[in-house]
Amino acid sequence: MSDSIAVSVSGLRHRYADREALCGIDFTVSTGEIFGLLGPNGGGKTTLFRLLTTLLPLRSGVATLMGVDLASQPQIVRQLIGVTFQSPSVDGKLTVAENLRHQAYLYGLSGSVVASRIDELLSRLGLTDRRHDRVDSLSGGLKRRVEVAKSLLHHPRVLLLDEPSTGLDPGARHDLWEYLTRLRREEGTTILVTTHLMEEAERCDRLGILDRGQIVALGSPDELRLSVGGDCLTIQTLAPASLSEQIASRFQITPRRLGDALRIEHEAGHELLRDIVAAFPNEITAISLAKPTLEDVFIARTGHRFWESEPS
Amino acid sequence: MSQVIDPVVANRHLHDVAVMPRPTMGLAVYSLALRELMRFFRQRTRIVGAFGQPIIFWVLFGAGLHGSFQGPAGISYQEYFFPGVAVMIVMFTAIFSTISIIEDRREGFLQGVLVAPIPRTSLVLGKVIGGTILAVLQAVVFLAIGPALAFVGLSPSISTGLTWFNLPGVIAYLSLVAFALTSLGYLIAWPMDSTHGFHAIMSVFLMPMWLLSGSFFPAPATGWLSWVIRLNPLTYGTAGLRRLVTPNAEALTGLPSLSLSVAMTSLSAIVYVAIAIWMTNRQTAHNAR
Repeated sequence: MSDSIAVSVSGLRHRYADREALCGIDFTVSTGEIFGLLGPNGGGKTTLFRLLTTLLPLRSGVATLMGVDLASQPQIVRQLIGVTFQSPSVDGKLTVAENLRHQAYLYGLSGSVVASRIDELLSRLGLTDRRHDRVDSLSGGLKRRVEVAKSLLHHPRVLLLDEPSTGLDPGARHDLWEYLTRLRREEGTTILVTTHLMEEAERCDRLGILDRGQIVALGSPDELRLSVGGDCLTIQTLAPASLSEQIASRFQITPRRLGDALRIEHEAGHELLRDIVAAFPNEITAISLAKPTLEDVFIARTGHRFWESEPS
Repeated sequence: MSQVIDPVVANRHLHDVAVMPRPTMGLAVYSLALRELMRFFRQRTRIVGAFGQPIIFWVLFGAGLHGSFQGPAGISYQEYFFPGVAVMIVMFTAIFSTISIIEDRREGFLQGVLVAPIPRTSLVLGKVIGGTILAVLQAVVFLAIGPALAFVGLSPSISTGLTWFNLPGVIAYLSLVAFALTSLGYLIAWPMDSTHGFHAIMSVFLMPMWLLSGSFFPAPATGWLSWVIRLNPLTYGTAGLRRLVTPNAEALTGLPSLSLSVAMTSLSAIVYVAIAIWMTNRQTAHNAR
């Protein structure tokens, strides 16, 4: 069993001077899986990422990568992981190829392996004709590709990416995910990615939803959506408080209030929609019915909206 | 949908750990030092800054002070100041190459190095050796061509003091001084978040350190100033260089001996680099930025 577990985290906590960023995180990632950590900014994703990449010292809890204990053997963990940072870690004054060569040397590659590995990654990421360009002169999407190429030079067993889509246009984002899925398929690389984008989370095999330093939901995107139940009704109204009371007394359902909107999860959403519209034609400005999204999962588990949870 | 993976592929990591390339310190130091050199030669303003200011100092202070200067053994101020400017070049280059650690941290390059499976000591040595090479290169070029300013009337004619005979010794000694100063710059720069702080340290600590090292004016025989100069580690850096390049033995009276200079400069280099290595190896939240 333990052979097929790539990342295992249990009881992980982390405090900054003034606040607790992670309060007891547990999850495992299987080998060859694409695992997403979804959460709003400030939810603890970046802290978790920094702990797993050995940038922050692990003080409380246990984490292993490919069975290697992170706290006691960070040097071996560093060899096993590839890291793609959100902020660029390439040197803009050097060319693409020079950056990759530098990275190869840091990971102990030498001789002819370096050149062949660089050629291979440049062609796989479509960077071959840019190899002699200074990184500063590249677009955001190309820079991110250099970052990814850089983190894969040494054949990492686990690739960790922090918000890989930040600053990428939809086309570049699509290309990146095509590449990640191919990497997983062809090399069996385990991929752990942090994101605040629902669309990106949809592409993961499994997700951990992180809010205020805790994992509030864990499972595949489908499982998570199913856990919310039938349909989601969103009602826009000018008087949310009174409408909420009226719906509650009439249908024995307690709507969730989110700002000016009311939200109801219900098995037979289409029938309820019809009944509500018929009962309160004047109070409702807009009403929509949808299958639950990952955002609905987040709301159901935390009681607040994705973007409202950002600490001040 | 997730398990479209060949189980053989999935288990490959078990073998891979054993056959993974072992990262070596030498290769990492080489690569990091090489990067320093590449960056330097691609930023022309840095070359101008590291070279320009000392030459301007030499020409202007030389012209302004030579009338009132009474040097040991009657040498001109320009001649006295010449090795001092070389030390200044070493200091400036050392400082500008280590200030880049702050930029590396801010721009994100550093985080990539910190998660690499190399001993952190190689980061210190790569930076320091890269800075040392740059500093020595520039100081030697200055020593060799500085006197050529006499041809355009900007300085009196002086001898460089460089000969084919003493060149290896001068390079070796300048390397020692540069290694010490680059390490000092590194340990100042490492904990800093912005280059502003570094500039402050530079004006209140590093510039006075150079001014009071016997580079700019000779140490008086008595008084508090003589003690400050005697306790300044850089005094021995300058004195050693003077002993190597000054042909006129009379001009060296009162200076520390060459062996004392080498000993003191080596000692300070060891202390600085040890502190730099200790700081860099500490696991702190400061690294994650």
